[in-house]
Amino acid sequence: MEPFDYSLKELSRRLHNGDTTVEELVRTSLKRIEEVDEQIGAFLHVDRDNALERAKELDQQLKNGEADADNVLFGLPMGIKDNMVTKGVRTTCASKILDNFVPVHDATVVEKLYDASTVMIGKLNMDEFAMGSSNENSGYKIVRNPWHLGHVPGGSSGGSAAAVAAGEVPFSLGSDTGGSIREPAAYCGVVGLKPTYGRVSRFGLVAFASSLDQIGPITRSVEDNAYVLQQIAGHDPRDSTSVGKEVPNYLEALTGDVKGLRIGVPKNYMGEGVSKGVRDRVWEALEVLKELGAKVEEVNLPHTKYGMTAYYVLASSEASSNLARFDGIRYGIRSEGENLIETYKQSREEGFGDEVKRRILLGTFALSAGFYDAYYLKAQKVRTLIKQDFEDLFLNYDLIIGPTSPTTAFQIGENVDDPLTMYANDVMTIPINMAGVPAISVPCGLSDGMPVGLQIIGRHFDEATIYRAAHAYEQAVNFKHAPQFKGGAHA
Amino acid sequence: MSYETIIGLEVHVELKTESKIFCGCSTEFGAPPNTQTCPICLGHPGVLPVLNKRAVDYAMKAAMAINCEINDMCVFDRKNYFYPDNPKAYQISQLDYPIGENGWIDIEVNGETKRIGITRLHLEEDAGKLTHVDGENYSLVDYNRVGTPLVEIVSEPDIRTPEEAYAYLEKLKAIMQYTEVSDCKMEEGSLRCDANISIRPKGQKEFGTKTELKNLNSFAHVQKGLAYEETRQREAVDNGETLRQETRRWDDAQKQTLLMRTKEGSDDYRYFPDPDLENLYIEEEWKEEIRATIPELPDARKKRYIKKYELPEYDAGVLTQQKAMSDFFEAGLEEGAPAKPLSNWLMGEVNAYLNQEGKDLQDVPLTPKSLAGMIQLIEEGTISSKIAKKVFKELIEKGGDAKQIVEDKGLVQISDEGAIRSMVNDALDQNAQSVEDYKNGKGKAIGFLVGQVMKASKGKANPQLVNSLLQEEIDKR
Amino acid sequence: MERISKEQVRHVADLARLQLQEEEVEHLGSQLDDIISAAERLNELDTVNIKPTSHVVDVRNVMREDEVKPSLSQEDVLKNAPAQQDGQIKVPSVLE
Repeated sequence: MEPFDYSLKELSRRLHNGDTTVEELVRTSLKRIEEVDEQIGAFLHVDRDNALERAKELDQQLKNGEADADNVLFGLPMGIKDNMVTKGVRTTCASKILDNFVPVHDATVVEKLYDASTVMIGKLNMDEFAMGSSNENSGYKIVRNPWHLGHVPGGSSGGSAAAVAAGEVPFSLGSDTGGSIREPAAYCGVVGLKPTYGRVSRFGLVAFASSLDQIGPITRSVEDNAYVLQQIAGHDPRDSTSVGKEVPNYLEALTGDVKGLRIGVPKNYMGEGVSKGVRDRVWEALEVLKELGAKVEEVNLPHTKYGMTAYYVLASSEASSNLARFDGIRYGIRSEGENLIETYKQSREEGFGDEVKRRILLGTFALSAGFYDAYYLKAQKVRTLIKQDFEDLFLNYDLIIGPTSPTTAFQIGENVDDPLTMYANDVMTIPINMAGVPAISVPCGLSDGMPVGLQIIGRHFDEATIYRAAHAYEQAVNFKHAPQFKGGAHA
Repeated sequence: MSYETIIGLEVHVELKTESKIFCGCSTEFGAPPNTQTCPICLGHPGVLPVLNKRAVDYAMKAAMAINCEINDMCVFDRKNYFYPDNPKAYQISQLDYPIGENGWIDIEVNGETKRIGITRLHLEEDAGKLTHVDGENYSLVDYNRVGTPLVEIVSEPDIRTPEEAYAYLEKLKAIMQYTEVSDCKMEEGSLRCDANISIRPKGQKEFGTKTELKNLNSFAHVQKGLAYEETRQREAVDNGETLRQETRRWDDAQKQTLLMRTKEGSDDYRYFPDPDLENLYIEEEWKEEIRATIPELPDARKKRYIKKYELPEYDAGVLTQQKAMSDFFEAGLEEGAPAKPLSNWLMGEVNAYLNQEGKDLQDVPLTPKSLAGMIQLIEEGTISSKIAKKVFKELIEKGGDAKQIVEDKGLVQISDEGAIRSMVNDALDQNAQSVEDYKNGKGKAIGFLVGQVMKASKGKANPQLVNSLLQEEIDKR
Repeated sequence: MERISKEQVRHVADLARLQLQEEEVEHLGSQLDDIISAAERLNELDTVNIKPTSHVVDVRNVMREDEVKPSLSQEDVLKNAPAQQDGQIKVPSVLE
C-alpha cells in the first residue's frame, strides 16, 4: 500500500502512534513528486525547503506532546491550487502575467490549513486563471491524467485532482466556478466538493467570476473530504459574501444511513449527450443507493440547457473586470510600450493566453454599452430561473444526483480550439454554481478504463446530507481509487 | 443673439472616516507615499472589499443635509476603466441605486434666494495620486489616497451664472462642514469640483453642446473658468462655429480654459453590480438614527441669528458661512459677549487677520473666551477700542487672557477726572495757537487737541472724558 | 450570420486593453461570434417579470467598524512593482 492510500485519519493515527513522522510524510510527498510529476505536471512550484523546515518544527511539537490528537490534519502534507495566494510563495494562477508575483499575505483557507498545522508542499497547476475544463490552458505546462497520460485530468483544478490521484499529496484545495473541482475530480477518480457559495471564504482566492467562485477540498475519500471542509469552512469577516451560518460537524453526518432520503435524478442529466458508459455507472450507483433505502425518482431541471450560455456570459463579464487589474502597473509582468496604453496592451497581450483573452473579450462585449441588457442582464435573469429550478426540486427532494460530466476524460488536444465543445463538458456542473448550491463528485466506477464521477447536489448549506449519501455509497461499493499509473515510465 | 447659460456641478467630497472605505488603512493626509496601503486598496490578486459602516453613515448624513431622499436599497457597482491611479482597473461606485436622490439646497445671489436641485449623492472610493514628472516620459503613483471614501454630489442643470455656481459651492461646503462629514479642504483635495457648462438661445428647450471643465482648484477658479467658458461658447456660436463636446481645463496662469480632449460619444464604463459587495438595505430605524445626528444647518442658524440677536441679514450670512466661525460666535455668546460687538469683531478684525495670514480660525490661539473677555473690558470702559486693537493683536497672535494683558501692560483706561484735567490743561498750555484757532471758529482744532491729550496718556485716557473736559477747560480760557 | 463585426472586435479589445494581431481578430472574433450566437438562445425564455440574480445567497448589510488596521510597509508595497522611484510606482507618462 502506498502511504497516501491511507485515510487522513489513519495517517494521523500513525503520526500520533510514532509509526511515522511529519518529515517522513513530507519526504514521501516530495519523493513521489520527484518520481512522477515530470509526467503528470501537477505542480507549478514545490516549496521543498519550507515544507521540510515546517515538518521538523511539527515533529518537535509532536514529540513534546503539543499536537492535538483530535486535529486529524496535524502534520499532513497538502497542495494548494495556484490561484490562492500564499505569503512569500510565488502565486501565478498559471499565467505568465503573474510570473513573478509573490503575495504579501495568505488566503484565508491557507491560513486555516496552517492553523491546523498542515504542511504545504507546493502550488498546483491549473488552467490559466481557472478558465478551462482540461488544464490545457495553463500558461506553463499541461497536466496529464494519472489514469492515462494521453488524457486530460479535467480543469480547471487539474493539478489539484491529478496530484491527489497520483499520490503526490493526500489532499489538496481546488476552486470551482463552473465545475472546476468536480470535473477534474471525476476525471481523475477522486472526491471533490464544491461547497455552497458563501460557505468557504474567498479571501485570497484570485477571482475568476466572483459570484460563482468557491474553494473546496479534493481528497481520496468522502471522509477525508469532510475533515478538510470542516477546517476551511466558516464565516470570514474579510469576505462580505461569506455567510455567518454555523458550520455543522460533517464527520457526524457519515452514518452510512440513507434510508428514506429522497433523491431526484434530472432526466436531462441522463439523456442525449451523455455517454452510455457514464449513464450506466450512474444508474448502477443509484441502484446501490436504492438498495440502501433511498427513494429515487426522475425529475426535471427545465432551464439546465440555458445554463451553459448564461454562465459563459456572466462568468466572462465578471472575469473581464476581475482580470483588468493585471495591467503590468503595480505587480506582475510589464512589457513597456511606446506609451501608457501601449504598455497596457502589450503587457496583457504577452501575459494572457488565448482562452483568457477570449473570455475577456466576451465579457467586455456583454457589458458594453448597447449590449448589457441583451446579454449580461438577460443572463442574470436566466440565472434566477436556474436557481428556482433547484429551489423547486429541493421542496420535495433531499438530493439531486446525476453524472458530473457527460463523458470520461477526453484526449489531450481533442477540443483545444473548439470552445463550444469544450464548454459542453461543464453542462452538468455549471447550473450548480449558478444556483449557488453545494455538490460533490465521487468516483462511481470506470468506463473504458477511465473513472466516472457521480455528482450529488444538495440544498444551500446542506453539505452534510451530501456527505452522508456520498459516504454511504462509497462504503457500499468500495471503489478502488488508485490509478494503475505508478510513475517512472511513460504509459 | 441672447443666450442662456446652463451649468451643472459635480462635487466630490472626501468623508473624514478614520479608515478607508473598503479596508483598514488610515485616511490621514500627508503621509509618505505608499505607506497607507494594503493588498486590498492596492488591488492585489485575491483581495475583497468590506464596507466601512461609518462611510455609509456619513454619506446618509450628507444626503439628508442636502434634502435627498434616502434609497431603501443601495447597490455598489463597478465602474471599469484603466488608469494607473485606479488599481483594480475598476472603481467601486454606485449607478442605479445611490445613497440619496432628489435633493436641493437654497443659495442667495444678489439678495435673492434660488433653489438648486440635487440629482443624486452616491458613495464611492477615491483614486490614487498621479504626479507627472516635468520633462520626463513617466509619471509616479502614490496610492495612499486610493480607497478614501468619497461622496459625489451631482447638481441638476439649474445653475445659470458663474456667480450662482460660486454661491452653490459655498453653501454646499458649509453644509458638509456643519454635518462634520468632511474637512472640505480644497488644497488637500478633500473637496473637488468639475463643472458642465453649455449655452442655448433664450427660450430654447434643448440643451446645447456641453463642455466639461476640470482642474478647478478653488471656488474662484470655478467662477473664472465658467465665466471664460460662457464667453468662449457665445463667441464661437456667434461666429457660426459648431461646438464640440470637450473636456477643458482651467489654466489660471493663462486665465483661460484649454482643451484636454474631445469626447466622441460617452465613455463606456461597463458598470455592473459588484458581486463582492452585498446590497445595502437602509431601514427606517437606521435613517432616523442618522437624522438625529444632523446639527442645525447654516440656513437655520442664519435665521436664528437674525431673529434672536437682531443681526443684519448680511452679518448673519457671513457668520454662518463657515461652521468654525459660527461655532466661535456661539461660544463667545456663551462666554457672555453681547451679540453685535462680537459679530463685528469676528467679521472685522478677526476675518481681516485670518485672510491676511491665510489661516483658519482653529489655527490661531484666540479663543471665544479670550475674545469675549476683551469685549467685556471694552463694554465696561476698562479699555478703549483703540487699546483693544493692541490687546486683540496679542490675543490672536500669542493667546492669553485680555484682562491679564491689560494689567501686565498697564493698558487700563484712565478715567480719573483730575488726572485727565491736568493733561488737558498741559495740552492747552503747550498749544496756544490751536486754542486761538478754536476761538476764531476753527472747530477742527479741537480734534488736534484731543489727539495731543491721547498721545500724552499713551492712548489710555478715556476719550469721552477727554472730550468733555477739553470743552470745559477751553471754554474757560 | 455575423453577429459581431471585426470593427466591434477591435473596439471591444481596445476597451479591454488587449492588443490583437490581425489573425487574432479574425480567429477570436469568429469564436466570439459562435458564443454570442449560442447566447442568443437565451431569448427563447420570457424573462420580463424575472428579477436578475447578482448575488446568489441573500446576505445583507455586511459592514465593518471604522477602525484603522496596520498598512503594509512601503518596501512591501514596492516589492512587486515593475518600476519605482522615490517610494512611488513609476509608470509610463499619463500625459498624451
